Amino acid sequence: MKKFKSLAIMFTFVLVMGVLAACGGGNENSSNSSNGNGGEEGSSEAVSGSIIVGGSSALQPLAAAAVEQFQQNNPDAQIDVQGGGSGTGLSEVAAGNFDIGNADYFAESKEGIEASELVDHKVAVVGMTAAVNAEAGVTDISKEDLIKVFTGEVTNWKDVGGEDMEIQLVNRPDGSGTRATFNEFGLDGATPAEGITEDSSNTVKKIVNDTPGAVGYLAFSYFDDSSDSNVKKMAIDGVEATDENVTTGDFPIWAYEHMYTKGEPEGLEKAFLDYMMSDEVQTSLVPDQGYIPASKMKVERDAEGNQSDL
Amino acid sequence: MSNINHSSTSSSTHRLIKNKNGSVKRNELRGKVVVYSCAALIIIATIAITLFLTIKGLQSFIVNGVNVGEFLTGLTWSPSGEGDVSYGAFPFIFGSFSVTFLAALFAAPLGIGSAIFMTEIAKTWGQKVLQPVIEILVGIPSVVYGLIGLTVIVPLIREHSSGIGFSLLAGMIVVGVMILPTVTSISADALKSIPQDIKDASYGLGATRWQTIYKVILPAAMPSLATAVVLGMARAFGEALAVQMVIGNSKALPESITDQAATLTSIITLSMGHTTYGSLHNNLLWSLGLILLVMSYVFIIIIRFISSRRKV
Repeated sequence: MKKFKSLAIMFTFVLVMGVLAACGGGNENSSNSSNGNGGEEGSSEAVSGSIIVGGSSALQPLAAAAVEQFQQNNPDAQIDVQGGGSGTGLSEVAAGNFDIGNADYFAESKEGIEASELVDHKVAVVGMTAAVNAEAGVTDISKEDLIKVFTGEVTNWKDVGGEDMEIQLVNRPDGSGTRATFNEFGLDGATPAEGITEDSSNTVKKIVNDTPGAVGYLAFSYFDDSSDSNVKKMAIDGVEATDENVTTGDFPIWAYEHMYTKGEPEGLEKAFLDYMMSDEVQTSLVPDQGYIPASKMKVERDAEGNQSDL
Repeated sequence: MSNINHSSTSSSTHRLIKNKNGSVKRNELRGKVVVYSCAALIIIATIAITLFLTIKGLQSFIVNGVNVGEFLTGLTWSPSGEGDVSYGAFPFIFGSFSVTFLAALFAAPLGIGSAIFMTEIAKTWGQKVLQPVIEILVGIPSVVYGLIGLTVIVPLIREHSSGIGFSLLAGMIVVGVMILPTVTSISADALKSIPQDIKDASYGLGATRWQTIYKVILPAAMPSLATAVVLGMARAFGEALAVQMVIGNSKALPESITDQAATLTSIITLSMGHTTYGSLHNNLLWSLGLILLVMSYVFIIIIRFISSRRKV
């Protein structure tokens, strides 16, 4: 009986190991096949193969919309669009698991990423500004006052020319691309005081809309101009937060949306990135989704945040 | 063996057990292999998760040189390099424990109360109506609790307090309601398992129903009831989504119950996607995960300890 028992245990382990090995093998196969297809040379009209595009959730809707149109012209091309956040996008493209990694910030700004291995493709620009609850009574603010509001130096809207109402900050989490951009270009690098922290722009919008005195920051596409919306765009130093003012470089808070590839893109990757930069996407899809076409920019910015005219 | 099977006129139960090949022994072995591999898989999975999380969670201390004491007691959390890098996780540890204990404070009396109602007072319709209702409550996804909290409880608190609604209190109510069914159903099982003899003896001595419940049934079931509450707390401690939606996720230590707070789980879910693998921020989030794992082990040890003292 004892012998039988040990036999059974041995069997069990062999079985478990077999299952584990099978799982591992499966993964390897699938990644091999995607790499193989991705490397195919397909400069002619229709391309085929399969790639994975993923990362930034801010860029995900644009990427998904572009992929849908791309696949209508190239029915054999299989492109998966995934979210996961900018950090995930950069890590996965650097590790070779994503073919294209989407990010809201420069790869150079993050530790743990070999930025020199990655090739940057700036597919769009996104402008953002402070989003304030209408009852606060402030829709134009100097940068100096904006910094005071977000660092907690003033805690009542009346001190910056608004109603007598307490300021409620709505932040984005540490590491978020929107937070990094707003802190760097809106607050000149100051660290915001503690407040509510929410990850999704839609939640930020809802909180600002519902909470008297709340202020957060959102990309332009999240504002609607309807009069019943309680969420107001904040002009900074008298400059309206518009696409026009971002392209001329007058409005300071904006960031590139990046698509990174590991090494120069080829095959389907290249075909898709070319399509992203084509007029078809840049003049229709990009503005439709609330972004600013990268081709319209009259200024440019490097990874250190230095701005120069084009 | 097959000979006997064909020729004898044995009873039908006998035939059911023996199959055509008569390979009783081989079937026995097959069953054993299946059952053993299930058990082995679960054990391996548990060990693997523990090991993986331990290795990942210790990275920030070993690779990045984070001071453990500072990590556990520090008050400011700014791991992604805005200004000075700091990694004090105490506000989140405090937040997780407050939500857990407050939720238990809310759910334990309600849960045990309805369990008593179900098992002692309105036995028939209590079990016919209340039990299914509670089972349905268990099945509601946590995101639904979070949504209800966001649209009903948060505005309610905002109107009746000086705060903005997102608060420890909102987290406590949402998680309390979430763990209520767990506490209730386990308490009900515990109360049902009290032998009828004990109750009869109490009634025989002239005790009223309330005296019997209060003096006899509750003390006898106490270890099991405590287990129910601790199990609920374990669930509350690990709850992420619903809490994140209503608690406000402020990294500062809350000053009152209507102040915003953050929990270990909410900080992990908020920031994980924004970090790159292997960075200090990412490693610190794994360390927060390790605290969660250690705490869930502690809860299980507490439950084991209480169960071992069970009298019934």
